[in-house]
Amino acid sequence: MADSTTADPGATDDGEDRRDFLLIATSTVGAVGTALACWPFIDFMNPSADVLALSTTEVDLSPIEVGQSITVVWQGKPVFVRRRTAEEIEIAQAVPMGDLIEPEEDGARVQKADWLIMIGVCTHLGCIPLGQRSGEPKGEFDGWFCPCHGSHYDTSGRIRKGPAPNNLPIPPYEFLDDTTIKIG
Amino acid sequence: MATPTWNNPIVKWIDYRLPVFSFMHHELVDYPTPRNLNYWWNFGSLAGIVLVIMIATGIWLAMHYMPHVDYAFDSVERIMRDVNYGWLLRYVHMNGGSMFFIVVYIHVFRGLYYGSYKNPREILWIMGVFILLAMMATAFMGYVLPWGQMSFWAATVITSLFSAVPLVGDAIVSWLWGGFAVDNPTLNRFFSLHYLLPFIIFALVFVHLWALHVHKSSNPLGIDMKGPQDSIPFHPYYTIKDTFGLGVLMVIWMFFVFFAPNFFLEPDNYIEANPLVTPAHIVPEWYLMPFYAILRAITFDIWFIPAKLIGVVAMFASILILLFLPWLDTSKVRSAKFRPIYKQFFWIFFVDCLILGWIGANPPDALFMDTVPLLIIGQIGTAYYFLHFVLVFPLLGWLERPRMVPESISAAVVAAEPPAPGSV
Ligand code: HEM
Ligand code: FES
Repeated sequence: MADSTTADPGATDDGEDRRDFLLIATSTVGAVGTALACWPFIDFMNPSADVLALSTTEVDLSPIEVGQSITVVWQGKPVFVRRRTAEEIEIAQAVPMGDLIEPEEDGARVQKADWLIMIGVCTHLGCIPLGQRSGEPKGEFDGWFCPCHGSHYDTSGRIRKGPAPNNLPIPPYEFLDDTTIKIG
Repeated sequence: MATPTWNNPIVKWIDYRLPVFSFMHHELVDYPTPRNLNYWWNFGSLAGIVLVIMIATGIWLAMHYMPHVDYAFDSVERIMRDVNYGWLLRYVHMNGGSMFFIVVYIHVFRGLYYGSYKNPREILWIMGVFILLAMMATAFMGYVLPWGQMSFWAATVITSLFSAVPLVGDAIVSWLWGGFAVDNPTLNRFFSLHYLLPFIIFALVFVHLWALHVHKSSNPLGIDMKGPQDSIPFHPYYTIKDTFGLGVLMVIWMFFVFFAPNFFLEPDNYIEANPLVTPAHIVPEWYLMPFYAILRAITFDIWFIPAKLIGVVAMFASILILLFLPWLDTSKVRSAKFRPIYKQFFWIFFVDCLILGWIGANPPDALFMDTVPLLIIGQIGTAYYFLHFVLVFPLLGWLERPRMVPESISAAVVAAEPPAPGSV
């Protein structure tokens, strides 16, 4: 073809080098740029600023009697607040660490032994365990029972049996006075 | 095959510039199809039609549906009660999900029985597995949209599966949710993706058919077409057969729509989502139950790997293992018709899948006949499921002696037919 003789500037030695350089440089910049451009799309789906804005929840403990539990909402998740009986505390403290799936002393899970405060989300796949209301199944260890795939938690909220790998987590909280806590 | 000549001047004008008419003629009219296909070959085209109906009813539902936690449940109830024919379009869409899976599962088991995944149809098969995965994701997200109790808790449990990933698990889950629990951002993105994925499925189906039309359909004998005597044109023979099959499917589908519209649905999904109360017994839709049973079967750690992670991996692996089937099956003979031992294992596997489905539908700590824990049955079923792929398939190819395969499709068809009256 007539124009094929002029269409080959790479015929000279240094022309070929320059062309290789340009090719590699442009494709590298292009690839890096494309990769960077993915990030906004990924991060877009992460929790947004308003969702992240740390909310705190204050809870009045005075109406809760010994042996009663209430559920409050913190960051869209249920938090279990239980005023434990002396017997429950005793059982929780007496468990040998060797019997536990995730060994943790009862004392490390409470600020005051009477009050067990924890996030009521099963550490298996996120169901809400039963046991808050009287009459609900409490599982084989008399704490909480997750109906979804059968996880049993004890009176300290520790996982004892079933597919869940971890104890029910403890949220950050502080006692503002003897009968009020602030979660978060 | 000769390109047809078009008489209509407009058709001719267009076809000269963009040969759509020639293309359609080539792929849908003249297209040579094995003459011996049985009714199990209807389910591919049925799946395609169900997809189109799902897209149509879905787009219409989206005109009145509101993807917001405060309105979603009510907007679906409004579609049911106030919107003209809203009940019809919703029930067609809702039961359509189940029909889609019935049709596609039959289609897949057809492939397993007749060895359709073997050389040269491996890519065709792999595209099919991708379609199945995309369908599961689509159906799962669609199930969340009405924002009932089952919607919410299915979303919670399934997204939480990813928390099993080491190190970054929790970050992935909150990324999927767009928050600290399943909430409005989750519902919004599920709607966006539920709208998108069917179109991706559509594109995958296109590639699936492209690969199909390169080497054409396999057939119940599992032998290649060797010449024109082995095939018949797609139209009118299979267009009419597919249309008849569609009629049968419609009778079944519309039976559910009109007479048992909530047959496949958990009643709990007519209770609006409540993030603080998990229903006593949560179950996925029936078409995901075997996989749910596999997820729950793993209750033991292996070395340092926690049970939760193994369960999740096993569940995904149970589908992904299909991708490797063309290489796990070492037998050169395609059809189970000529594989007397494989044929029996096929049915054992089929029953195993049904058993797993039944386990997935029941509470985790239930007992069978008051004695055998379902968990144990689920574990045996799961073990067998995988053994079928990694042991039975490779070994049978070596050990089994297949029956004689006929010389050609036409030879087999002629041999099976009684001689016509008057012929010698
Ligand atoms: C691959 C095809 C599809 C499948 C398998 C599928 C599946 C489902 C399922 C199982 C539901 C739940 C039904 C219920 O419980 O009420 C649903 C709901 C919904 N789908 Fe789809 N869908 C598909 C395509 C589409 C498309 C293309 C759209 C278009 C936007 C769409 C829009 C909707 C809407 C708005 C709802 C909520 C209304 C309702 O619950 O009835 N779907 N889908
Ligand atoms: S979510 Fe609690 S046992 Fe699975």
